[in-house]
Amino acid sequence: MLHDTFFGRGLHRVAAAAALAGAVAGASSAQGTLTVAMTAGDLPDWAGMPDQGFEGWRFVGYSIYEGLVAWDLSRSDAEAVAMPGLATSWDVDESDPRRWIFELREGVTFHDGCPWNADAAVWNFSRLTDESHPSFNPVDFARARSRVSTVAEVEKIDEMTFALHTQDIESLFDYNLLYVLMVSPCAYEAAGNDRAEYAKAPAGTGPYLFDSAVPTERLELVPNPDYWNPDRMPQHDRLVLLPMPEATTRAAALLAGQVNFVEAPSPDMIPALEGAGMQVVTNEYPHYWPYRFNHLRGPFADPRIRQAANWAVNREEVVALLNGTAIPAYGAYTPNQTDFGDPMRYSHDPEKARALLEEAGCLPCEINVGISTSGSGQMQPLPMNELVQSQLEEAGFEVNFEVMDWNTMIGIFIQGAVNHEQYDAINFSSATMEPLQFVKSFMKKFQTPGGSNWGGYHNEEVEALLAEALETFDPEKQSALITQAHEIAVADGANLFIVSDLNPRAMAPNVKGFVQAQSWFQDITPIRVE
Amino acid sequence: MWIYALHRLLYAIPIALGVSVICFALVYLAPGDPVQSLIPADATEEDIAAIKRLYGFDKPLVFQYFDWLGRALTGDLGTSLQTNRPVLEDVTRAFANTLAIALIAVTLAFAVAFTLGTLAAYNVGRPIDRIATSISTVGVSVPNYWMGIVLVIVFAVNLRWLPATGMGATGSENFDWLDWDSLKYAVLPVVTMAMIPLGVVTRSTRSAVADILSQDFVQVLRAKGLSNTRILVHAVKNALPQILAVMGLQLGYLIGGSILIETVFTWPGTGLLMSKAILTRDIPLLQGTILFLALTFVLINLIVDLLQTLVDPRMSRA
Repeated sequence: MLHDTFFGRGLHRVAAAAALAGAVAGASSAQGTLTVAMTAGDLPDWAGMPDQGFEGWRFVGYSIYEGLVAWDLSRSDAEAVAMPGLATSWDVDESDPRRWIFELREGVTFHDGCPWNADAAVWNFSRLTDESHPSFNPVDFARARSRVSTVAEVEKIDEMTFALHTQDIESLFDYNLLYVLMVSPCAYEAAGNDRAEYAKAPAGTGPYLFDSAVPTERLELVPNPDYWNPDRMPQHDRLVLLPMPEATTRAAALLAGQVNFVEAPSPDMIPALEGAGMQVVTNEYPHYWPYRFNHLRGPFADPRIRQAANWAVNREEVVALLNGTAIPAYGAYTPNQTDFGDPMRYSHDPEKARALLEEAGCLPCEINVGISTSGSGQMQPLPMNELVQSQLEEAGFEVNFEVMDWNTMIGIFIQGAVNHEQYDAINFSSATMEPLQFVKSFMKKFQTPGGSNWGGYHNEEVEALLAEALETFDPEKQSALITQAHEIAVADGANLFIVSDLNPRAMAPNVKGFVQAQSWFQDITPIRVE
Repeated sequence: MWIYALHRLLYAIPIALGVSVICFALVYLAPGDPVQSLIPADATEEDIAAIKRLYGFDKPLVFQYFDWLGRALTGDLGTSLQTNRPVLEDVTRAFANTLAIALIAVTLAFAVAFTLGTLAAYNVGRPIDRIATSISTVGVSVPNYWMGIVLVIVFAVNLRWLPATGMGATGSENFDWLDWDSLKYAVLPVVTMAMIPLGVVTRSTRSAVADILSQDFVQVLRAKGLSNTRILVHAVKNALPQILAVMGLQLGYLIGGSILIETVFTWPGTGLLMSKAILTRDIPLLQGTILFLALTFVLINLIVDLLQTLVDPRMSRA
């Protein structure tokens, strides 16, 4: 049986693109240096699975390395979908749905010349799952843990075919492989299996080669002339990555001409940047800024109070606060995503919210909410939360905030509401990039710790639909089940859905060719610096 | 003098040990978990336990402390959880970057502040005194973070005379303090960094010199017909120990407490390193950086104490 979860959405487009690539590649020669000011406080780790959140994957992980499965980031007008990467196709064994068989891409070599084949694939998965493997390292083990923890066995079938065995039947298992990057076994072993030593000459299969790094300051990558995919050959001579956590500094560096590509300028800086002739781009992507409710106890265990909160919030007002760099959120997906469906849209209706609170016997309804001062995807958390607080209080809530730093918030999220009963909700941004993430956020069996369902949300209908999706290998049926579950969860007020970010980026006027995909990740290879 | 120096050195040992206990324990008192920045948000409790075991965070804190202290005494501050690089390597590189601008900032601040403070003390109530006091007040009260941003907007964005951020066009490894192309990157951080010591030292100098000038022995000197310059030399010599103590503290603060300035200018020093370690709960890096800075602070105080006794031998008898 061909498992074509991704193929239906991505493969045909890839095939067409590949056909065109031969004609297009080489038509334009690389030029200029692209210097990017990232929001990260440090350089993302370039010795394997990166850190620094998705920004690390965006600029470093997917530049140097690739996984068996990749993102199609070639379009800005449609949802970014998964597509074949270092595997050209994969099947689920008809006789054993726990056995996934991968056909590997031929003719690919790592940057150090090491061949990409089943041995390399087996080596990569073994070192992430087997503590006794000579190339095992706790950093990579930790970062890949939730992606490969269900891998029970790794099997070489022939030179270019290998199999992964999962512990349970998991129809969405392959989405995990977007986040498992392949490292050159030759380079790692040549470094004596010493990760720090390997970092001096890392080797993946991606479109960029490591050139140099000044720790904590700058990472320089250059195009990989032997890259297998001509469609993604970098169109600039050099990529320089600079960590610059302060938004004002990033904007100043762009205006002063020190960098030519800036991540996440603050909304109040955008008019000044545009006034100075800079290009500012935005696009929808799978992000939402919610209050994650504690469903285990307290007021939000009652659906009427959850719905009241959703009716109480004026999303348009929050968008205005952000100078239009966001859109109202009406669910865990954004409207452009396939599985968004047609959920009910909560409008701003404080009277309806108050009536629901009265009916639930919780007026005024006191709630304790954990919020962070900053953080990945948290947007402008302090002014936004103050606005939401005033809106909720207008409808009859009494909102108490506990303000904390981002890392403390991450800890509270990882430990789950079950270990933090004092919070009725937490403001923790989310990314539903693929169905597996949705399942992990809304299914009771994935209640944190051990999943992304922080508050222990449980709805029998949603549970049944998602359980069925997890065992359904037909992508259309799978999508229909998840869409239905999403619509029910929204109507049920599973979270307080507030806004979705539009991910502003600013570029110098001479930066051309950037296509902002609807994704946390971006393909920077087409960018030209003229 | 040498006996005094030995005494001070011996006193520094229990202080250093106390510092090591505090900086080890302090990072554990803060909320958060050392492995949480390493793991995905949906990691299971078993995964978290396995990762803690791999890093040795499952052992009792006392064991972890002595293990850490034992290695620290041999110069091994451990390995960064995030980067896998030796902590000592990161700290020493960052320290050198911070120390350079801190020393320049302190020297600049001291030169200007000492002159201003002395002039003000000699001309109490006159316009020069008012100007010095105003400069001092601005230096102390304007947040240096804000000052840094204003300087960037004026000199980097509007005038384009100086760079806005970073340490050199290709990073600190190629930074040349004798080359203007590199040095220009340090101008704005140094000026911003000098603001607070400038204010504090101007104030201290003015107050110390004015106090000396009002003492009886100065009247005697005047009665003996000494010139104003000679009298000033006497006054400054007497005020110097107090001013040196303030300078020493300011240098210590600059070396350890420049997080905001280094963040604004993305200057790869200890402030930026510590901020990164705090935000990612990189405990070995945080402990190593704090220990290194604390011991440096102890050392600076020791040097200042010894300098004070050189200037004023009465202090070694105290």
